[in-house]
Amino acid sequence: MLFHPVIIALLLSSLTSTAMVGASVPFAVRLLRRWDLASGSEAQLLLERRTYLVSTLVQLVLLAQLASLVLFVFNADRMASLFTGAMCAVGTLEADRFGFPALYANIALFFLAAAWLTLDHVDNRGWDYPLIRVKYAALLTLAPVLALASLAELAYFLGLRADVITSCCSTLFSGGGITVAGNSLAALPHGLALVLLCLTLLAVFALGLRFLVGGRGGTAYGAASAAAFPVALAAVVSTLSVYVYELPNHHCPFCLLKAEYGHVGYALYIPLFAATACGIGAGIAQRCADRASLAEAAQRTARCLAGWSLAGFAAFAIVAVCLVARSHLILFGPSAWRPLAEFVVGGGR
Amino acid sequence: MIHLSDVRKVFNQGRPNEVWALNGINLTLRQGGATVFRGPSGSGKTTLLTLVGCLARPSSGRVRLKDRDISGLPERFLTEIRRSTFGFVFQNFNLLSGLSAIQNVMIPAYPRGLPHKALRRRAMALLDMLDMGDKAEAETRWLSGGEAQRIAIARALINDPEVVIADEPTANLDSGLSAQFLAIAGRLKRDGKTLLVTSHDPFVCEAALVDRVVTLHDGRIVEAG
Amino acid sequence: MAGLERQRQLLDFALSSLARRPMKNLASLTVYTAVVFLLSSVMLMSHAIRREAAALLAGAPELVVQRLVAGRHDLIPTDRLATIRAVRGVAAAGGRLWGYLFDPAVAANYTFLVPPDRSIAAGTAIIGSSVAAVRGVGPGDVMSFRGYDGRPVAFTVTSTIAAESALVAADLFLVSEGDFRRLFGIPADRFTDIVVTIRNPREVRTVAEKIDAALPDARIILRDEMRRTYESVFDWREGMVLVLLVGAILAFAIFSWEKASGLSADERREIGILKAVGWETADVIGVKMLEGLVMSLTAFLAGYGLAFLHVFHFGARLFEPVLKGWSVLYPEFPLAPSVDEIQMASLFFFTVFPYTLATIVPIWRAAVVDPDMVMR
Ligand SMILES: Nc1ncnc2c1ncn2[C@@H]1O[C@H](COP(=O)(O)OP(=O)(O)OP(=O)(O)O)[C@@H](O)[C@H]1O
Ligand SMILES: [Mg+2]
Repeated sequence: MLFHPVIIALLLSSLTSTAMVGASVPFAVRLLRRWDLASGSEAQLLLERRTYLVSTLVQLVLLAQLASLVLFVFNADRMASLFTGAMCAVGTLEADRFGFPALYANIALFFLAAAWLTLDHVDNRGWDYPLIRVKYAALLTLAPVLALASLAELAYFLGLRADVITSCCSTLFSGGGITVAGNSLAALPHGLALVLLCLTLLAVFALGLRFLVGGRGGTAYGAASAAAFPVALAAVVSTLSVYVYELPNHHCPFCLLKAEYGHVGYALYIPLFAATACGIGAGIAQRCADRASLAEAAQRTARCLAGWSLAGFAAFAIVAVCLVARSHLILFGPSAWRPLAEFVVGGGR
Repeated sequence: MIHLSDVRKVFNQGRPNEVWALNGINLTLRQGGATVFRGPSGSGKTTLLTLVGCLARPSSGRVRLKDRDISGLPERFLTEIRRSTFGFVFQNFNLLSGLSAIQNVMIPAYPRGLPHKALRRRAMALLDMLDMGDKAEAETRWLSGGEAQRIAIARALINDPEVVIADEPTANLDSGLSAQFLAIAGRLKRDGKTLLVTSHDPFVCEAALVDRVVTLHDGRIVEAG
Repeated sequence: MAGLERQRQLLDFALSSLARRPMKNLASLTVYTAVVFLLSSVMLMSHAIRREAAALLAGAPELVVQRLVAGRHDLIPTDRLATIRAVRGVAAAGGRLWGYLFDPAVAANYTFLVPPDRSIAAGTAIIGSSVAAVRGVGPGDVMSFRGYDGRPVAFTVTSTIAAESALVAADLFLVSEGDFRRLFGIPADRFTDIVVTIRNPREVRTVAEKIDAALPDARIILRDEMRRTYESVFDWREGMVLVLLVGAILAFAIFSWEKASGLSADERREIGILKAVGWETADVIGVKMLEGLVMSLTAFLAGYGLAFLHVFHFGARLFEPVLKGWSVLYPEFPLAPSVDEIQMASLFFFTVFPYTLATIVPIWRAAVVDPDMVMR
């Protein structure tokens, strides 16, 4: 399947990104060993100047990463028609064992790059490069993740085989049959998922407001928004998607992006991803505020990011409520409440 | 206001063509007034101005601006200080060709993100003050030397700096235009700007408005005025 | 809103800076546009063909049953129809008659078909546009072919099929059942194959399994399988062309790198001045990236627009042989214009991304010049 145009585009982007960041690794090592701000030597000046290049590169990689994440999912959805039994992106991703790992690695990479750029942004506000070592040590961890994500993607695309019929024999019984989203997330009871989501979002809002008003708990907010991401995704897979499709057993997180459902997935995922990235950034920025030269700038960045992050989570929550309210599906009749009641009672014991 | 202690600057360190352009400068410059640096060619006048004006960092020694040590600052912060504190008038004016006079004047303010209209108004006011209002839309390539210098001065003033630095301002001008430059410099001085000027020109060194003449030789101060 | 105002002013500056070096930038822009044009022509073209094929398959039967004899496709006896109709879930089954005929006069293959949904009078034929063009015939003309037994069979052309969409319609030759059997010598109790309609589309596979069990000598072809095969074949061809074009992309990237690093002394001086008067390295990089972005967008829109015209209005003369095959009976229909977001996105990756990457290092290099350079 390597010769599929979109696949070539995705590989081109991920492999060149890896090469570019990989090329910065020796520089990062040199910087970690030689950095000495007090020196006015030309070598030090060269190091400083090179940091501009690395920042620009990582910015570009982040942008490419974002675009290719969207393209990856979009393309998986489109390619579903090539695989026996695949209805949407899930089927395509399941078609090879590296499919989901590649997706997860790319998502992780997106957040890591965003976190790194936050570090970079904050560091550039301090006159003594207070975070330069942290930043480049972080780059040394970002690079392998980027390489792994690219490798996973490569392995996935190399492993993909369409079930081709040839002109001499029927391949009627070729497909092994692919289960659609039969994983444990989808099995999460609706009530539990929604309760978890509500609690998490409430915690996020409480921590966020506490931080914005009182200026404390920025790190906690970062951690909370990082935790909110999987919870929100779980809720989307197990319950929100069901409300959208109005089919009790359709749990796909990708079909939401399709035109049939009004592209509603974008309204959910864009705020969610942005909110999580900003929230993690806020936590990181707040952690940096203990450096003397950053006290004020880091705090300002953290507040700004937390504000955006809260707005994102709020948008996600509003869209989620709208989806539930608009749906014709009623999940919570009297009997549907029972598992929730059992959960609450059971949890209380 | 500006204090240099034991400042040295070396070019091409460790290579055969190593040059110590400045060799242990100790100097204090007060706010206000006009200071002229003079000395033979290659004595380090321009290099000294680049250090004072945050265009470069010393190889060793300390440069303090208003009690803040700026010698170890990263370029990013040097730029910020340079933008807000210093205005430069270069020897060969260094206007961008292909742009109009007023665009040239506004360039240093672009990264600040001021409202465009207000910026334009301010640039126009500066040009009017220097009698260049009618040349605002002229392309800089076709300006005469004196006109180009006045555009360069307007550009130096757009961010309202406290210090105006001019490197050999009269080298490319005839005596009439040099007098005009001195008249403008006098006006700036009265407005409270600090003037730092390098010059060979006795006409400048001995002008009435000059408060202090510093003489350099081989990267050292031989006469601190 | 200082940030926005700042971006606006930097953009202004970037635009004026591009306009100030028209020759150099036009050269880059031309090459850039040409690369985008080339790639998007390939992509638009193959996408349009793929859509044609999909449209074609959408009208195809869900399930076709053929008979295999010694591993080869053979005529299927009429009595199999009853067996198939007896399978649960089958809505209808009908025999089809179709085949190919080689016309030595023009060295071309026609597809002979007995249309199931319209009756054609004996001795007449309805022909596809390419057949009409290649043989230079029109309504009223007579075409004669040598039958299986050597006797000539003549057809009076009654009309031609309007050439709008279908790839295959171009070489069609629609005849009556009697003429078809006479021409090819097919006995009355045989069909070429059998098409089956299924009551519930979800049960296609189950029904196919049952038919397979009932008719051990049958080969069953599902429309879905066909579609898959077609799609992967088209993807593969397009991909191959793209891989061949990677060389072009690489050359383009090197060209951009060269262009971006070959800064004139004038430009270097300009950057030095900007830095000396208070621009930060990041501002300079920003302006240069904005210049690149403007170039990219212009080239992208221009190249894509030109490719659109090339493919949908000028018949994509450059690429036909590669993507459509080398058949003499090449359909003369205009491809239906269609734009695909995924393709635009991947096109962006093929052009804008390499360009940006290739220029980033030269831009950075130019942006870190010493600001004190302008003092000498
Ligand atoms: N970038 C550089 N690389 C190498 N040497 C340099 C550099 N800049 C200056 N120098 C050297 O440093 C010394 C001092 O130069 P500077 O320009 O400060 O002298 P100056 O007093 O301004 O002379 P002039 O009166 O001719 O302008 C000179 O010997 C010059 O060659
Ligand atoms: Mg000099």
